[in-house]
Amino acid sequence: MTLQPQRQILVVFPHPDDEAFSSAGTIRLYRNMGVPVTYACLTLGEMGRNLGNPPFATRESLPEIRRKELKEACEFMGIDDLRMMGLRDKTVEFEDDEKMVKLVTDLIDELNPSLIITFYPGYAVHPDHEATARAVIEAVRRIKPEDRPTVYACAFANNTVAEIGEPTVLIDVSSVKQDKVKALQAHASQTAWMIQESTKRVDEGRPMSDSWLHYEKFYQYEFED
Amino acid sequence: MKEVQTNELQKLLNSFANKDVYIHLETTNGAYATHFDEKVFNAGAFIRNAKIRYELAKIIDDTPHRVGLKMEHGWVYAQGITHYELDEHGRLLMAGLDYTGKLAVALEISETPFSY
Ligand SMILES: [Zn+2]
Repeated sequence: MTLQPQRQILVVFPHPDDEAFSSAGTIRLYRNMGVPVTYACLTLGEMGRNLGNPPFATRESLPEIRRKELKEACEFMGIDDLRMMGLRDKTVEFEDDEKMVKLVTDLIDELNPSLIITFYPGYAVHPDHEATARAVIEAVRRIKPEDRPTVYACAFANNTVAEIGEPTVLIDVSSVKQDKVKALQAHASQTAWMIQESTKRVDEGRPMSDSWLHYEKFYQYEFED
Repeated sequence: MKEVQTNELQKLLNSFANKDVYIHLETTNGAYATHFDEKVFNAGAFIRNAKIRYELAKIIDDTPHRVGLKMEHGWVYAQGITHYELDEHGRLLMAGLDYTGKLAVALEISETPFSY
């Protein structure tokens, strides 16, 4: 489908790399069209488990590594308004619910986005993803229906398609595939093993299906009231 | 971090004994464990910047290692420790890394609080 024109995009995810996997291509396409994109990244992925063996990081040095990776990924996506919101990985769901809604509402009030990209509540697997999605959906639900921004929600739980059907927004990002790959590679502490694995498969003559690098899939969130 | 050398780590553990220290203790099998394998029962625990004082610390020379701290009224222990370092802030960072390099357990001791 063709990209819907947008005035301003707000991307809200809890972890550095969530944006690269789910929407780096879409973000890059909009940036190439000159649409401003703000990325609110709630944590620095402080609790990432991959430290390597032999280790390249410690529990305490990982956040600084991921902060640098996030900034580099943003350069490849063309994001110049990156907000690091200072929460701690794996604690987002334990924050006060109203505080979380307010965090999102404040961003919406400031930026007046026409499109928000986030996770789909109930189908986002990681507790931080779920908590982020709940806060965004609730913040948007409180806006008068005619004023609400569009929400593109990412869902990847195993039961997603069975319960809510196929994604309703399919964006062809093949023209910016290289930028998406670079954004993913920028998050090296998280993706090096994956990129190594796919290189190995290519070396062995059985290239990994890269259809996920060509399309990004979202559900346009439907509000009930 | 480097692989555990029992004697050296025991000395470092001793150096924090009988002092007020902050600990970070964490066990995890990852937030995605059940997503990748429905049979996995996902459990973990996390505490950061709890202030304790221990009188005795012991590392057991088994692989992976176990580390126990005896306090006036109780215990702290971690199982599965493989790596450690004394970082540039004088904090003792211990971790258990599985065969793929993923953290499974961490026990850290510091005289000053860890970041948020
Ligand atoms: Zn994530």
